[in-house]
Amino acid sequence: MILSWPTIILEISSLGIGLLLLILGLVFTSLKSKATLGYFSIIALLLMLVGSFYLPSGATQTFINNFYVQDSLALFFKQLFIVSALLVNTMALRYMKPHTNNRGDFFALTFFALTGMMMMASAAEFITLYIGLELMTFTFVLLTAYKKHDLKSGEAGLKYILLSAVSSGVLLYGFSLLYGLTGALDFSSLVALFAPTSSPLLVWAIVMVLAGLGFKIALVPFHMWTPDVYEGAPTPITAFLAVGSKAAGFVAFIRVFFQVFAVYSPIFMPLLIALTVLTLLIGNLIALAQTHLKRLLAYSSIAHAGYILLGVIAYSKLGLSAILFYLLLYMFANIGAFAAVAALVINTGQDKISDLAGLWKSSPFTSVVLLVSLLSLAGIPPTAGFIGKFYLFTELVSRGYLWLAFVAVGMSLVAIYYYLVVIRTFLSGSVAEKTSMTIPFSLKLVMLVSVVMTIGIGVFPGPFTDYLLKVAQAFLG
Amino acid sequence: MSLLSYIILTPFIGAAMLVLIPEKQTTFIKLVSALFAFIGLALSFYLFLNYDKSLGGMQFVENIPWIKAFAINYKLGADGLSVSMALLTGIIWFAGVLVTWNLQERVKEFFIYMLILVGGVFGVFLSLDLLVLFIFLEIAVIPKFILIHIWGSGKKEYSAMKYTLYLLAGSAFSLIALILIYIHSSTLDVTQLALITYSVPFQKFIFFLLLIGFGVIVPLWPLHRWTPDGHSSAPTAISMLLAGVIMKLGGYALIRVGIGVFPAGAAFWAPLIAVIAVVNCIYIALVAMVQKDLKYVVANSSISHMGYVLIGIAAMNTISLTGAASQMFAHGIMAALFFALVGAIYNKTHTRMLADFGGLAFQMPRAATLFLITGLASLGLPGFFNFVAEFLIFAGAFKVYPVLTTVTILAVVITAIYVLRVVQQMFFGPRNPKWDSLTDLKGIELVPLVFLAVILLWFGLVPSSITNLINQGIDPIVAQIGGAL
Repeated sequence: MILSWPTIILEISSLGIGLLLLILGLVFTSLKSKATLGYFSIIALLLMLVGSFYLPSGATQTFINNFYVQDSLALFFKQLFIVSALLVNTMALRYMKPHTNNRGDFFALTFFALTGMMMMASAAEFITLYIGLELMTFTFVLLTAYKKHDLKSGEAGLKYILLSAVSSGVLLYGFSLLYGLTGALDFSSLVALFAPTSSPLLVWAIVMVLAGLGFKIALVPFHMWTPDVYEGAPTPITAFLAVGSKAAGFVAFIRVFFQVFAVYSPIFMPLLIALTVLTLLIGNLIALAQTHLKRLLAYSSIAHAGYILLGVIAYSKLGLSAILFYLLLYMFANIGAFAAVAALVINTGQDKISDLAGLWKSSPFTSVVLLVSLLSLAGIPPTAGFIGKFYLFTELVSRGYLWLAFVAVGMSLVAIYYYLVVIRTFLSGSVAEKTSMTIPFSLKLVMLVSVVMTIGIGVFPGPFTDYLLKVAQAFLG
Repeated sequence: MSLLSYIILTPFIGAAMLVLIPEKQTTFIKLVSALFAFIGLALSFYLFLNYDKSLGGMQFVENIPWIKAFAINYKLGADGLSVSMALLTGIIWFAGVLVTWNLQERVKEFFIYMLILVGGVFGVFLSLDLLVLFIFLEIAVIPKFILIHIWGSGKKEYSAMKYTLYLLAGSAFSLIALILIYIHSSTLDVTQLALITYSVPFQKFIFFLLLIGFGVIVPLWPLHRWTPDGHSSAPTAISMLLAGVIMKLGGYALIRVGIGVFPAGAAFWAPLIAVIAVVNCIYIALVAMVQKDLKYVVANSSISHMGYVLIGIAAMNTISLTGAASQMFAHGIMAALFFALVGAIYNKTHTRMLADFGGLAFQMPRAATLFLITGLASLGLPGFFNFVAEFLIFAGAFKVYPVLTTVTILAVVITAIYVLRVVQQMFFGPRNPKWDSLTDLKGIELVPLVFLAVILLWFGLVPSSITNLINQGIDPIVAQIGGAL
């Protein structure tokens, strides 16, 4: 048994800090010190982020034989999770103040979710993957329902846990079939055991795993939970769900479908293509009818799962690096958009699109942030979203899916329409009675970082594409 | 960094500077915008003067690796075609800022979006990498949406959305074409792409996609539906930029990329373009004839005039293409002048309905004179650059499409009818006491109008200074056609 501790140092520190925050929350009971916990969590995350760059990234390291791996793919995702947790916690500093009066557990919970995500990034065995996934999911249920006196928050939590339970059942069913068929659960043994021929039972198992993981990335038809949960959850948590939870779903998806089931790609690919097309169509078309910004962003996040899956369909190194690139820019664009929503909610308590009217006057900065973030999601240059879509579509077309690229580009046009509807609302509107909005410094900082990164990655994509291509090459050999 | 980078960066730096100025200081904001517009004009004029005509070809080339993983470079370069288009942009930008001098509402934002728009336009004309060109093209779209939506008039919400969706739908086609080209050749450098030989079916398919993508911008009938609404709803300066340069982006890209890189594809679709060009010229001219709103007349006249450019492109020979590019320049200035005049008159009368006018020449003789000059330029009277351009187009196109060209020349007659009718309805006839309170155009209102009119006349009298330049840009492209066919 090989125990290479640097492999799990990030998980251990995340878990440790989470527990420490729980204890600190119990020790310091005054209101003021509760807020300090948030600052502590941010500093801890910053240290983890800096530390993560000193971890050996080149060679693949494993922990407990092959059950847990730390390769450059896992490291990239862990850094992505840490950055998203960092931005989310900063966003939550002021946002969660009214909801954390007697409770010190909010920031601790975000660390537990982070630990779960990291485990999913490194898991090389189905049970480990499942534990990471459940740790993340349960924490998210608690975080979603965190606003105790808010019915919508509670409802969202309930919906999330019920539907998660079903999807976990499906996923476990798939795992158990795999175990029954092969007698193994770790990825390297499974790869060695899988023969090119398949049995109906194995296909069924693959479908079950696809459904279970599809739930996490909000793949249609397993997306039903998304709009309600996104709407009910506190806004920073919605951002964390849209960014962190989705990325975690994708890293598991990548490992399972690029690596474990690689032999069976001709079998699952038609199904995946069909679901991707459905996701693109339904996500974008239903978004057209939304009147609330958070629900709109929920449907847009469903649609984006479809775009990202185009990289899986391309099924190549470049396709994989396009996925990673897209997840990166998607994180900053979404965090920017949700930070703007948070600013709106703090000031007006609403997130209706029509409430955005006059934002250009009441907070020019927020309106610029929202503009840039939505343009990035829509894929308009010079934001990063354009390069991301160009990268994905190019790889897709080069693998022969020209028709699919036409579908995706057509749906992008639909997406542009609903983003433009939002954009034109907040860039115009009378402002006679509106006073200027007060936006806490922490929130401004989050917005600034996401806007700078969104435009920065769009204008200088070179270093990112180079690095992510290396990650993809290392993973696919 | 070369001159071209400075030209592209000028508006963007201007926009960044404006961000820093408090929004209350509107005069200062206008002065800074005018200063940057002047720098832009000066730089593009400097480019015009310093382009070495004895050498020809691409000059001021700048090539910086941008995305190494895709082999995409930030590559700029200018030949005669780009230089003339950049000069056009500089001229209209400067005139547009002056026309907007009396803007009161959200001044700072207006100029920021306008500067970003202009930066995108310069970028398209000066970049030599297709992806970079496409990105600049897209950068120009969204500010325009915002400008029409916020500062527009009439059914501006509808027009802004219609314009944007049409243009982005077009972009979707060009994006797919771009991806296919990239996959085929692993580069998007226009000069390198021109050296590669492509199979004819590939060329046909790609050119078709590009024809739709860039054709929406030109605009090509029946993809032109955004134009009348977009032009009419936009604020004056933006109508000027829209008709003056944005529409030219489509024609420019069709010549540079469509014909320059895929001559066999272009040759295949050329008859279709020629037929559409006739529809553009004749049908839209007839549409212009029945408009009741002055701005709709001018907007439809723009589409009709772009039909000449299209038939010039379809004929694909040196004379017709030189004529097409010259027409883009001439029409750019003329349309900007037209819209500037319409805007100036609307500011006084607060109506654009033709039926409301009459006898305005009594109260506004200067406006009437300028309007008549513009109208005469529009119908291609000798002495204006428009005449030279149209003559070149017809001379070049007649050899290839004798019948279609003859039909197109009819459009000149129709143009004369509706332009003169408008002039007569608005300015002549009995004195209308309703307008007695109006003052004629004066001071800063006159500056951009006279500026544009003088340019139109100047190039009409000395056309060779710009046609020779354009010709040098066209020659290598025509050589490309000769090589392919």
